[in-house]
Amino acid sequence: MRSSSSPQPPSERRSSAEGCCCARSGAAPARSAAGLVTPLRLALAAAAVVTWWLVYRNLAGFSAWLTYNALGLSRGSQLGASVEFFLYDTPKVLLLLVLVVFGVGVVRTFFTPERTRALLAGRRESVGNVLAALLGTVTPFCSCSAVPLFIGFVTAGVPLGVTFSFLISAPMVNEVALVLLFGMFGWQVAALYLGTGLLVAIAAGWTLGRLKLERHVEPWVFENLSRGSAAAGAEGVAGAMPWADRLRAGATAVREIVGKVWLYVLLGIAVGAGIHGYVPENLMASIMGRDAWWSVPLAVLLGVPMYANAAGIIPVVQALLGKGAALGTVLAFMMAVIALSLPEAIILRQVLRPRLIATFFGIVAAGILLVGYLFNWLL
Amino acid sequence: MKKIQILGTGCAKCSNLAAVADEAAKALGVPYELTKVTEMRQIMSFRVMSTPALVVDGVVKLSGRVPSLDEAKQLIG
Repeated sequence: MRSSSSPQPPSERRSSAEGCCCARSGAAPARSAAGLVTPLRLALAAAAVVTWWLVYRNLAGFSAWLTYNALGLSRGSQLGASVEFFLYDTPKVLLLLVLVVFGVGVVRTFFTPERTRALLAGRRESVGNVLAALLGTVTPFCSCSAVPLFIGFVTAGVPLGVTFSFLISAPMVNEVALVLLFGMFGWQVAALYLGTGLLVAIAAGWTLGRLKLERHVEPWVFENLSRGSAAAGAEGVAGAMPWADRLRAGATAVREIVGKVWLYVLLGIAVGAGIHGYVPENLMASIMGRDAWWSVPLAVLLGVPMYANAAGIIPVVQALLGKGAALGTVLAFMMAVIALSLPEAIILRQVLRPRLIATFFGIVAAGILLVGYLFNWLL
Repeated sequence: MKKIQILGTGCAKCSNLAAVADEAAKALGVPYELTKVTEMRQIMSFRVMSTPALVVDGVVKLSGRVPSLDEAKQLIG
């Protein structure tokens, strides 16, 4: 085994390894007879769904019973409140995570990057931006694939602004973030995050398209156009995938994603539980409350250089909100951390000139800023 | 001589794919040469849209994920 001789700057190599979140893959469709949908398998699946529902419905009562009866903690005590919170939230969030990650894993088998590209190629800008932001949420994507994807899109005739809408929405609106927001703050906050995330992706992509920045794309990207295609084999694979393989893809997604984030979730909920029981309300109100106008830009400024996955950042969000920080400020912080990161900038540097990267980050940051102010003002 | 190429900028999945491909080729018992392609322009000349990707004798067999050993044997063999 030898390595390709072409040199690559060490910094880029390191960051692309770091940026490789890639848990989202379409899983192995090893087509075998074992994958057939049999009545037994259907029955097992139905039983699993029913069990899931029963466990989920009874978590609140069970965690209370466990805390106050089995462990004998007294109701109304700080320790009791913390323990009950932990015992309730941990299984709840993990259950939600398994269900949603499985569902998204199955849905993703319908949206390969190649199919998404075909859907987006030649679209007009406004419609294209909306479609790209929506597709960004369901197409398998990871930051280490950002460059091949960018080139694949642009050379196939997807407008630059539309490509950016996709690149913004794909990391920002992800299933782990939505599940954790739903589990810990309710559906309203999750819906807000989904809606505003899409809006930022659409608006920022559209604006970038207006600016006509094509000349700031590295020229070698377009040189690729003239060369012949060699990758016919990789396309069209997903179309004829049998359902057993799609379900197996969901199971693989659960193994990969939940297997990676469960520890963060556990730690986050433990921190949240501590805050829930012990930390006085409104500790953060003076710093990150809605009356401090500078808190939103500060949150974005702090968020951009930080690099964390959704599972790692939501515990922090929980802590901030719990201590009285304003929702808009916290959403802005979370979006800045997930959507904009230095590793991503370094990866994209291979295809974009610095000025375009700066414009890209600037416009997305401005969109996030507006979202922060909007919610602080509205709520 | 089979020419196996692994396209990828060096993330964890790329090394996983290289390891699986290597094992599969050994199991098949055919003479082969395994190369890692890490330079982006070279990767893009294969027109893949996600990495890692497996190329056998110049044809892209798979991209964006790591196959099982059995699947890798099928793809290479």
